[in-house]
Amino acid sequence: MSCNNPSVDLTLLEPTLAEYADVKGSLISILQKTQELYGYVPMDAVYRISERTGVSPAKILGVATFYSQFRFQPMGKYLVMLCKGTACYVNGAERILDAVTDELGIGSNETTEDGLFSLSVVACLGCCSLAPVMMINDKAYGSLTPDKARQILRDLRKEAQT
Amino acid sequence: MKMPARIVVGEGSCGLAAGAAAVYDALQKALTADVDAKLSITGCVGACFLEPIVDVYDDRGFLHRCVHVTPENANAIVTAVKTGDYAGLSDILIKPEDESFLTKQTRIALRHCGVIDPENIDEYLADDGYQALEKVLKTMTPEQVIEEIKISGLAGRGGAGFPTWFKWNAARQSAGTEKYLICNADEGDPGAFMDRAVIESDPHNLIEGMLIGAYAIGCAEAVVYVRAEYPLAIVRLTEAIKQARERGYLGRHILGTDFSCDIRIKAGAGAFVCGEETALIESLEGSRGMPRLKPPFPAEAGYWHKPSNINNVETWANVSWIINHGGAAFAAMGTANSKGTKVFAVTGKVKRGGLVEVPMGMTLRDVIFGIAGGIRDGREFKAVQLGGPSGGCIPASLLDTVIDYKSLQATGAIMGSGGMVVMDDSTCMVGIAKFFLDFTTKESCGKCVHCRIGTKRLGEILTRIVNGQGKEGDVELLEELCNTVKAGALCGLGQSAPNPVLTTIRYFRDEYDEHIRDKKCPAKACPALLTYSIDPDRCKGCSACAKKCPVQAISGEVKKPFTIDPAKCIRCGMCHNTCRFGAVTVE
Repeated sequence: MSCNNPSVDLTLLEPTLAEYADVKGSLISILQKTQELYGYVPMDAVYRISERTGVSPAKILGVATFYSQFRFQPMGKYLVMLCKGTACYVNGAERILDAVTDELGIGSNETTEDGLFSLSVVACLGCCSLAPVMMINDKAYGSLTPDKARQILRDLRKEAQT
Repeated sequence: MKMPARIVVGEGSCGLAAGAAAVYDALQKALTADVDAKLSITGCVGACFLEPIVDVYDDRGFLHRCVHVTPENANAIVTAVKTGDYAGLSDILIKPEDESFLTKQTRIALRHCGVIDPENIDEYLADDGYQALEKVLKTMTPEQVIEEIKISGLAGRGGAGFPTWFKWNAARQSAGTEKYLICNADEGDPGAFMDRAVIESDPHNLIEGMLIGAYAIGCAEAVVYVRAEYPLAIVRLTEAIKQARERGYLGRHILGTDFSCDIRIKAGAGAFVCGEETALIESLEGSRGMPRLKPPFPAEAGYWHKPSNINNVETWANVSWIINHGGAAFAAMGTANSKGTKVFAVTGKVKRGGLVEVPMGMTLRDVIFGIAGGIRDGREFKAVQLGGPSGGCIPASLLDTVIDYKSLQATGAIMGSGGMVVMDDSTCMVGIAKFFLDFTTKESCGKCVHCRIGTKRLGEILTRIVNGQGKEGDVELLEELCNTVKAGALCGLGQSAPNPVLTTIRYFRDEYDEHIRDKKCPAKACPALLTYSIDPDRCKGCSACAKKCPVQAISGEVKKPFTIDPAKCIRCGMCHNTCRFGAVTVE
């Protein structure tokens, strides 16, 4: 995990802290709101949450790193969630993963240098009948083949450049 | 009697993923003011293999179900509604054999799914909604409610199959006035999605079931812990809670009685172990989701160490039906030890995949071949995986096993939450065991050494077997380690993580031996054990494979047979998938 995040505008966080900081057991909700605001959980925000709630930064990071939802680096414009659930696995998700990592040149939980794509391999998106599936910014793409997956990514890249 | 026609688009997650939103937009555009029809949405009917689905009810209320609908079909649908002549839709109307997927089911938990509009409380109310709650609050004591659930024989649908009434009663009997009710909607088993379907398609049914439970136990606060990966479910449930509160079904003095209860939603943050009830409670409290030692059970000391009751979504979805129809009607279905119905998410290599709700006591064969249509692409059935990472693989010889908690457990698998992944002869059984072990290794919370390190070591042994480096004695080592992990883990995750390994060894020992001794994968699925070659008689010399090969392992002259250099080949299978003449063979 990198701690060298660009500095962020912490005032954005204040309404969330005002709402939750004194509510028992709301650390996960605060972290979720933080990620909603910044697209990831910046270290500066962790220190601010700690100041305001009295929970140590170590405890906050302990919770944040336990759950797969939280990211600690800015996310790309497109978040590619590739499903590796059982139904997708049985229908060839490994080959889709190979094609996607090759096309993007990144592994799971990484972001491309141009900041366009982040890749996240997830356990199950719950649309098993469309297996193998990936979801990009909440849009699902089903019945993938390696070539189809590459084409979708190329189209998005082209779209972003124009 | 004539009534306005209704056009209903299935907008569950599956339908939306298949393109239902574009179909809805196209229908909205095509529906001009002169057409007497109402356009609305519904949730998931469960026939995922037919999505997007559009149900057209004509002016006599007769249903014409259109399947695999595209936006281009919108005009034809509107024309049919306008003219009353549905012959033009014959290409997209559901086929009788596909219809049997739905007609052979018995639906209780899913009874409103794909029928009513989940965003409109009036449609739920029109279909007996909140009547069970009214009956309970105005005519029954909490003890009578618990007794009715006891008669029904309802057991926890999340996996363990613990009697629901017993948990309710224990929480009711616990000392203290501050008690909590929790709905476990952290549906984490990869391959199970019935809980998502219930929340997205029939959220009021969940709310009603929970309120009845809250009344029986005596608590005023309830929480639904929903998986973060289910954004649509969270949106629909939030809206349903708002509507229920506005109509007086939720909040203070419900339906004018002394009973008050409110429900809130907590979004999970992605951790499979949080499906375990004590880990879920830790997560609700804002901590790492690590399981607690039991006892004390949550019924005595759960959320904030107060008496708490946890049931999963499907369990709650049965409650209002049981109150409306009586526990005896529910208990009339099923077997001696398992009552009522169970929902399965049938996926994998079947012809018709989706949600299947059947009475307990049906056989696996009835479900996989009778309802889901058997194996697609003309291949052979090999195994069915039940219960996700905690379950096991059941072979063809046990297809006549009846579906009930005890019979499934006897096979080494479990009922689990109802994931049913069907596999054909192209799936490697060692590979599938490794797949689940990779999953449980990642998801182990790390609290117990046996689970944290044991699953890692199991995964390493399986990896070397699929890579052709297996040794004599590896199978025995796997078995020994499996039993150690089972004995040494605190919670269900670790105790059941070895099940996929143990069942594949039990039923597919030959496959392990072939990998280890002969360095062969009979399913031709393990890349390291395959050899690709080109059949010179079939090769036309088109060079398509050579162009696709990422490592330039294929060479030759155009119009003459090409060859593969095995030393360079990385066994990616690209050439095999590219060749249009079937000339690339795999051994």
